[in-house]
Amino acid sequence: MSVIAAATRRSAAPTVAARGIRPGRVALHAFLIVMSGVWLFPLFWAVYSSLRPISDTVLHGYLSWPSGGLSLANYQTVWTQADLPYYYVNTLVIAVPAVILTLVLASMVAFACTQFSWRFNLVTLMIFTAGNLLPPQVIIVPLYRIYLNTPLPMLGSIDIGKFSFPLFTDNTLLYDQYIGIMLIHIVFQTGFATFVLSNYMKTISKEITESAIVDGAHVLRIWWNIVLPLCRPALAAMATLLFTFIYNDFFWALILMKTGDKRPITSALNNLQGEFFVNNNLIAAGAMLVAIPPILVYIFLQKQFIAGLTLGSTKG
Amino acid sequence: MATSITPAREDSPEAGELVATRRGRYHVLTRFDRRVLMLMVGIPLLLDVLLIWWPTASSIFLSFTNWDGVGSVTAQNFIGLKNYQFMFSGYTLFWPAFLHNIIWLAWLALIATPLGIFFAVLLDREMSGTGFYQSVFFLPVVLSLVVVGFIWELQFSPTEGFINNAFGLVKSGKLIDWLGNPRINLYSILIAASWRHVGYVMVIYLAGLKSVDPTLREAAKVDGANEIRTFFRVVFPVMAPINVVIAVITAIEALRAFDIAFIVNQGKNGLELLSILITNNSISEASLVGFGSAIAVILLLISLGPIIVFLSRVMRTTS
Repeated sequence: MSVIAAATRRSAAPTVAARGIRPGRVALHAFLIVMSGVWLFPLFWAVYSSLRPISDTVLHGYLSWPSGGLSLANYQTVWTQADLPYYYVNTLVIAVPAVILTLVLASMVAFACTQFSWRFNLVTLMIFTAGNLLPPQVIIVPLYRIYLNTPLPMLGSIDIGKFSFPLFTDNTLLYDQYIGIMLIHIVFQTGFATFVLSNYMKTISKEITESAIVDGAHVLRIWWNIVLPLCRPALAAMATLLFTFIYNDFFWALILMKTGDKRPITSALNNLQGEFFVNNNLIAAGAMLVAIPPILVYIFLQKQFIAGLTLGSTKG
Repeated sequence: MATSITPAREDSPEAGELVATRRGRYHVLTRFDRRVLMLMVGIPLLLDVLLIWWPTASSIFLSFTNWDGVGSVTAQNFIGLKNYQFMFSGYTLFWPAFLHNIIWLAWLALIATPLGIFFAVLLDREMSGTGFYQSVFFLPVVLSLVVVGFIWELQFSPTEGFINNAFGLVKSGKLIDWLGNPRINLYSILIAASWRHVGYVMVIYLAGLKSVDPTLREAAKVDGANEIRTFFRVVFPVMAPINVVIAVITAIEALRAFDIAFIVNQGKNGLELLSILITNNSISEASLVGFGSAIAVILLLISLGPIIVFLSRVMRTTS
């Protein structure tokens, strides 16, 4: 596209295309470099603060050169004193099954609604899409009561080292449980994933499904062996995006979990603030440690993440 | 809901087991297949209805009661519109929170979203370094709002924050309490929220710009239109579907605003928001379930605007 644009630019206005330094371009770069600096600075500052010993900042103030040297001591303190590894595991226990189940459920709905002509296809998709657009706070009051009043069986727990993961529940309720947080993420995100995946599946020819049916394949087989493999790029993008969404969530675990030790890392960060993060340098180190997994996603899976965001908006 | 989904040809509801092909022939889906398909839609739909739409309906129902969460709701709990009356006239935090949500929306709509679109337009060209700039503006989008809040506290904090130190306000003793002063703290956290929102809008808009037919721009160029004119007269109108998505995202983000305000001071002293009043009234502090639900209903009613806009767009493009 830009090749064609560049070509026509040359033919239509030869003076503009003249090689060499163009003042417009220089100004544009200058503007973008300044804005990039503004954008990166808060993060740079957080990293810088996190690397400075508190004694150094007390002595010289926050706005000073690192006379006392930089070190990872703050990270070490946060990591061990606040038991940070524990909270990462809490997040994984919730996020990994939630992402997988969300993709399974959403791809089933998207498959059934795009590959077959049902009477209520559109209504179904709208129920899911609209549900995902609601602010979570609209449903939180009754949801909190539902969580407090839903009995679940206690089936023991899986204990690994000092971690104990109850099967279903350890207080007979849905409230204050990993499974409860997992469940609301699955339901909430299924709305979004259904919307995105059904847009993607619409581009798959229905004839593939039709001929498979003629050949005698069961719908489950068609879904799993034919349609899902065709959706691999969309599924990869959604998995990346959903994992980041769930990792970054603060609200559900804040309200639907009471025990601080069970909270996933993003929700736990706020509690740790007063208890362990007693100065700005430790706060910075804590925030950076929580930010590391999303930043890894940013570095290695940026394409998938962006694809997930734009699939949800530019199609359909 | 789940049972109402029966497979059918559009023209004859009785022909349940038929699947229409393009050529107009029909193939029989087995009974087993039909049941499986019903479950594939039914189970997720049941969960969605139970945990999203049922609570939504319950919020509306509970908003007419004074239920405190103890025991079950009885006829005596019904108090008509009293929650709403109190909310609009007696409860001093409602209108400030409402106004803060409006300011949030206005800020995003008039500052952050246009800036994101501007970045997208600037970066949508053949130029060295666009990938780098794009990555920089996109970086905050992957971060949690909690982390964003923490990062900006390091900028805004009165004596230890970067801004007051950099402008010499700590030395001169004229501290500005960016997050504590109720007259300015909303704008401070809006800067933090925008840091993330701008990149989000940019990425989505950029994807849209890439799909604009390049011949349109060339034609405008041939006609002698400059870049600004070309954008407003040619590109922006053909981007209408994306513009709607951006508008909906902006509105929904403003209504969902919760995390940063909660991190800073639990949504008090200048940072009241509707979302926070809901949780504070019915979960954290008091058990005013009915009253909290009434605030939730207001938030629901406002949210229906962007949701309906979005759904009608989806309807239009699918039919």
